[in-house]
Amino acid sequence: MSTATTSAPARSASDATVRSWKNPIILSVVALFALLVFAIGAPGNDVTFRLSEENDPIVLPSIVVSAPVIGWVAALAMIALAALAILRTRSGRKIPVWVLAVFAVLFLIAFLTWVVGSARTPNVALYGLLAGSVTLAVPLIFGSLSGVLCERSGVVNIAIEGQLLFGAFAAAVAASLSGSAFVGLLAAAVAGVLVSLVLAVFSIRYVVNQVIVGVVLNVLVSGLTGFLFSAVLSEDSERWNSPPRLPVIEIPLLADIPVIGPILFQQTIVGYLMYIAVAVVYVALYHSRWGLRTRAVGEHPKAADTLGVNVNRMRFMNVLLAGVVAGIGGSFFTLVAVSGFGRDMTAGQGYIALAALIFGRWNPIGAFFAALLFGFATNLSNVLSLLGTPVPDQFLRMLPYVVTVFAVAGLVGRSRAPGASGIPYIKG
Amino acid sequence: MKLELIGITKRFGSLVANDHIDLVVEPGQVHSLLGENGAGKSTLMNVLYGLYDPTEGEILVNDKPVTFKGPGDAMAAGIGMVHQHFMLVPVFTVAENVALGNEATKAGGMLDLQETRTRIRRISDQYGFDVDPDAVVEDLPVGVQQRVEIIKALVRDAEVLILDEPTAVLTPKETDELLGIMAQLKADGKSIVFISHKLREVKAVSDVITVVRRGKVVGTADPSAPTTELASLMVGRSVSLTLDKKPATPGEVTFRVQDLTVQAANGQHVVDGLSFEVAEGEILAIAGVQGNGQTELTEAIMGLQDHVTGSITLNGNQLLGRSVKEVIRAGVGFVPEDRSVEGLVGTFSVAENLILNRYDDAPFAKGLSMSQSAMEQNAQEKIAEYDVRTQSAQSAAGTLSGGNQQKVVMAREFSRPLKLFIASQPTRGVDVGSIEFLHRRIVAERDGGTPVIIVSTELDEVLELADRIAVLYRGHLMGIVPGTVSRDVLGLMMAGMPADEALAQAHDVQGGDL
Amino acid sequence: MNPQDDRPVTPATGGGAHPTRREAKDAARQDEIRLETAAETAGGEVPPPAVPATTAGLGVGPGAEAPLMQRIMTGNALVAFLSVVLSLILGGLLIAVTDQEVASASSYFFSRPQDTIAAAWTAASSAYIALFQGSVFNFEGDTFTRMIYPLTQTLTVATPLICAGLGVALAFRAGLFNIGAQGQILIGATFAGWVGFTLHLPVGIHLLLVILAGMVGGALWGGLVGLLKARTGAHEVILTIMFNYIATNLVLYFLSTPAFQRPGSTNPISPQLDATAVYPPLLGASFRLHWGFVVAVLATVFVWWLLNRSTVGFELRAVGANPSAARTAGVNVSKGYILAMAIAGALAGLAGVAQVSGTEKVLTSGVAASFGFDAITVALLGRSSPWGTFAAGLLFGAFRAGGVAMQASTGTSIDIVLVVQSLIVLFIAAPPLVRALFRLPAPGATRAGKGGSSTSTTPTPASTGAAA
Repeated sequence: MSTATTSAPARSASDATVRSWKNPIILSVVALFALLVFAIGAPGNDVTFRLSEENDPIVLPSIVVSAPVIGWVAALAMIALAALAILRTRSGRKIPVWVLAVFAVLFLIAFLTWVVGSARTPNVALYGLLAGSVTLAVPLIFGSLSGVLCERSGVVNIAIEGQLLFGAFAAAVAASLSGSAFVGLLAAAVAGVLVSLVLAVFSIRYVVNQVIVGVVLNVLVSGLTGFLFSAVLSEDSERWNSPPRLPVIEIPLLADIPVIGPILFQQTIVGYLMYIAVAVVYVALYHSRWGLRTRAVGEHPKAADTLGVNVNRMRFMNVLLAGVVAGIGGSFFTLVAVSGFGRDMTAGQGYIALAALIFGRWNPIGAFFAALLFGFATNLSNVLSLLGTPVPDQFLRMLPYVVTVFAVAGLVGRSRAPGASGIPYIKG
Repeated sequence: MKLELIGITKRFGSLVANDHIDLVVEPGQVHSLLGENGAGKSTLMNVLYGLYDPTEGEILVNDKPVTFKGPGDAMAAGIGMVHQHFMLVPVFTVAENVALGNEATKAGGMLDLQETRTRIRRISDQYGFDVDPDAVVEDLPVGVQQRVEIIKALVRDAEVLILDEPTAVLTPKETDELLGIMAQLKADGKSIVFISHKLREVKAVSDVITVVRRGKVVGTADPSAPTTELASLMVGRSVSLTLDKKPATPGEVTFRVQDLTVQAANGQHVVDGLSFEVAEGEILAIAGVQGNGQTELTEAIMGLQDHVTGSITLNGNQLLGRSVKEVIRAGVGFVPEDRSVEGLVGTFSVAENLILNRYDDAPFAKGLSMSQSAMEQNAQEKIAEYDVRTQSAQSAAGTLSGGNQQKVVMAREFSRPLKLFIASQPTRGVDVGSIEFLHRRIVAERDGGTPVIIVSTELDEVLELADRIAVLYRGHLMGIVPGTVSRDVLGLMMAGMPADEALAQAHDVQGGDL
Repeated sequence: MNPQDDRPVTPATGGGAHPTRREAKDAARQDEIRLETAAETAGGEVPPPAVPATTAGLGVGPGAEAPLMQRIMTGNALVAFLSVVLSLILGGLLIAVTDQEVASASSYFFSRPQDTIAAAWTAASSAYIALFQGSVFNFEGDTFTRMIYPLTQTLTVATPLICAGLGVALAFRAGLFNIGAQGQILIGATFAGWVGFTLHLPVGIHLLLVILAGMVGGALWGGLVGLLKARTGAHEVILTIMFNYIATNLVLYFLSTPAFQRPGSTNPISPQLDATAVYPPLLGASFRLHWGFVVAVLATVFVWWLLNRSTVGFELRAVGANPSAARTAGVNVSKGYILAMAIAGALAGLAGVAQVSGTEKVLTSGVAASFGFDAITVALLGRSSPWGTFAAGLLFGAFRAGGVAMQASTGTSIDIVLVVQSLIVLFIAAPPLVRALFRLPAPGATRAGKGGSSTSTTPTPASTGAAA
């Protein structure tokens, strides 16, 4: 009786992962969609992508492609990749990352060709599309960096919207009063910190649920700026709400490079600060003492505490720093995009920044590219409404949100939040 | 380094966790702190490590009083701690974990992990740890993670090492290795505070034993003191190490598990090809070191696991593939291993918790509508029957002590006719008085003719309750042995030796322990 | 091994630093931003914040055994009252500071400071008087109808707030953070509106169908979030925020299609709803108050019954308070999430119906106003209890209705209402702050150890308890 039922331990445990058919299925569905719409439904004409204008210092020829050719080639390639994914999954192996990357790029090319080709004027300035995307992405990138700083240290930041809005407001007022856009920039950072301060005090000191504080802060900032806008700013907008704009700083020669010149070397100080911020946050997060501690505090605060790291001070400082970043991002609205503050002018960009943060998997570089993608979607919908396309404008505007839903639902890779994000730390 | 605690008192509200505790740790000494679960050992060590402020009392290092505002101060004073639940960031590499809080940096605050790696390799070589600085911690086995914890302390030049229940998660073999490491550390002149409630280990390594009970030091003992004496000192009265229970009278076999395999999300077979059966009126104990598939086994039976293959039948009915509710309705009673997480809803009242899995059955519900009076009446009966110490049936279950919470869970499960009773760690974190009560109830259920499965990592509990013992190792069944088998045999099986080999080997060395 | 084991143990809802099994087991949940822990992990010195899911979930509130006077001094009611007062004071200061009269008086502050103070007082008090007059009782009204008109306006505005607030509150109780009431109202209103202006049905049946359609629309939109959360473990906060924007764009798109757009119009606006599809006035044609308010009262009664007296509510509360224990007890947690979000959506859908077939009578993309977001503050202020939410809905309805009147009569921007509202919620969420400001005794200071409250007397948080 005692050993009769012993199973043979010799039977080796197969380490094959539980097979997930999620990715192959999604790839197949998307590939089929591409076949139906981009290939079979391709417009018969050629599509022109302009890379420069005639009077640019360096003139590049335009790219002219045939919509059906691109549609069919891309769709078939995507089907092949989907098939590859199915085979890999069936044999219990992982799908290589390059498959997903190439698939995404193909989809983007096919979509762009199809959508521009279907427009009344199948001719688009690619360089303008890209440069515009970057411009629109600037506040998103600052916002999502603010999110990275907070969430990596374990504080959920729903208040990005409020930080941006208050930054925009403060920048407008300070720049108007002082007559200097740079004073406005500084004020924006201070305003962002103020919002952060409330977030930090309530969520860290008083252990109020971080999502509640974030949501309520957004309402508070919206109400406060809206009230001041009608009580003060619109009473005498000459004095309070006519900020000078930040100048565009062109870097000689480099700014003349087609396509990438305007993106990288023809920006306001806010644009350059954005690139610097992404690089600095990335390097600091993964390669500095501060970054190691920040990540530890966000993943396993108790462990950090037992090693003498002051968890709540670390979090407090990070949240304040996030305020600086998001505040500067807010100044984009009033010092770069338009000259002057308008009620609720951030219009939910803070929430898209939050989405970019998640889509970018809590990584500064990832958030940067996610924000670029969202900026691209917004810009594309602007451009396409001018060109006249079959895709309703609203669907393009929905894109960032839909993509984010897919991202958090794990349909586009796996997003893993910092382990202790959202959990207050209370010392025993 | 000499470490002294004088009159340390720590209160949480009205609860006194430590009551004027005195303790002296001499250099190069292994000082064991022996006490039951909940005796206040960990609290004391957290005070010593600067995680808690003492309410009263003084800490002396080399005869000079010190105050620790946080773990940083304690570490600076040469105190290192290996926590029972490892304080490692799972997504960090070993080097990052070791560096944290004590980072070697280059210019501008940039990390110099190379320096840390070198230090890790040096310590690893010195003590034969075999730890790769670049491995990600969550991928490492438990035993290696523990070594990372020790490295963390050593890198910070700890002179006194506190090991808090270090063997709870180790196999007997890993435990032996740890005891070896402790001897090495001692030889290097380090002092060690060894916290445990396992008498054999304490006796094996200690120079001095301090026994703590209910927050107080109740005595010091010599390692050569008899086990029973230590045990009675620890629990406060003479303990009969065995429960008075009649021999089992097994009836018909009604519960069968065949070729059961549970796959974890990462594809690993956490339970692999398990087959066993339980008869009416007998207790099958499932022994093993924590994390060898016991949790997954019980959860698979309850329908709480996905990716399960094989067969589980109760009275001939297949349970596999049924929902949890159907399994409960089939007459399976279940006491989960972590009552505060899985057994109770802390913010719910005692009355609500007593019907937590029967809320939609008569008499508690008619259709969608629930009956408050039936719930209240049931609560009054169960509170009286199980002597649950609570202010009222309306008190939140989270306010009860561990033992009383467990009584609520047991009362709930025993309040319906059972065809099978499963209890995981039924007495973990429960006071001695309640343990006896709960054990008697379990035996009574067996005597009533119910097949019973007890999962426990505590050998004492296993030996006390079991009629037969099944040992799990890495998801495999090492065999099923009679409840009267010796500890040595169980120890060998828990380390991965099949039952027949273990029996043969234990027979050869005859009486190695106790 | 540690003292926590034998002491009152707080439920470790979804959190704490349990480094081992739970994480592996609930890998999906681990990806989430964890929300439920604030109250549970609040330590000895930090009394529970107003996280609704837990505070309200405690049938026996903290201090059930405490003397009455002390209960009032330390209780939630006093904190709530003081929070409102404090917020009104701050709002008043803001009004005063930005007032033109005050600004001109302050230019000679040092010679005649009383002028500044008087001007400030006048600015703030006149605004608040206008607010009161516009929301409760117009003592300047010449007829009784005019006098009580403001009150009926308050009830009208409160109707969607209450319905949507109940939705948010119910989801809170199931442990879900439903930021998505806005989108659910919109989709509910779209469904209801379409039935209202496209179908032409007899009196009674038409309105019933409109109400039903609104609830179905909201339930689908909310239930979809529940489904995604249950199936994929995605966090509902992110999902609902995204769904709000998707809903807005979707409604805008619909309003550009022939099925929805008003014939002959290029604006995103629908035709008028049929007369048979709108809520009849409750007090006659001279008031805007409609039968939707009665529906809101009925919804409150229903939610109370559902949460406190039904098996479904038991399941939802169990899922909200401790999903692991609920699962072990045989509750289908996934079903619970889907159900909770669907019911929450249906309630928000009712708010949409109140808007589209009560007040607005046409469908636009702005039909939800900001009711969905206000509903969150309403539920928070109401501590997620049905009647608390009802009362909070009335209060915020009064603010909103009065705010409109205030803006009209004193020129004070209605945005001040948002400021006051959000301040109230912030203060209520942090009782220690309010107590410190008013130098009130902390709860549990004299009752420590009696076990009156799980949170305020539990010495250490669950997370450290598990990890110590």
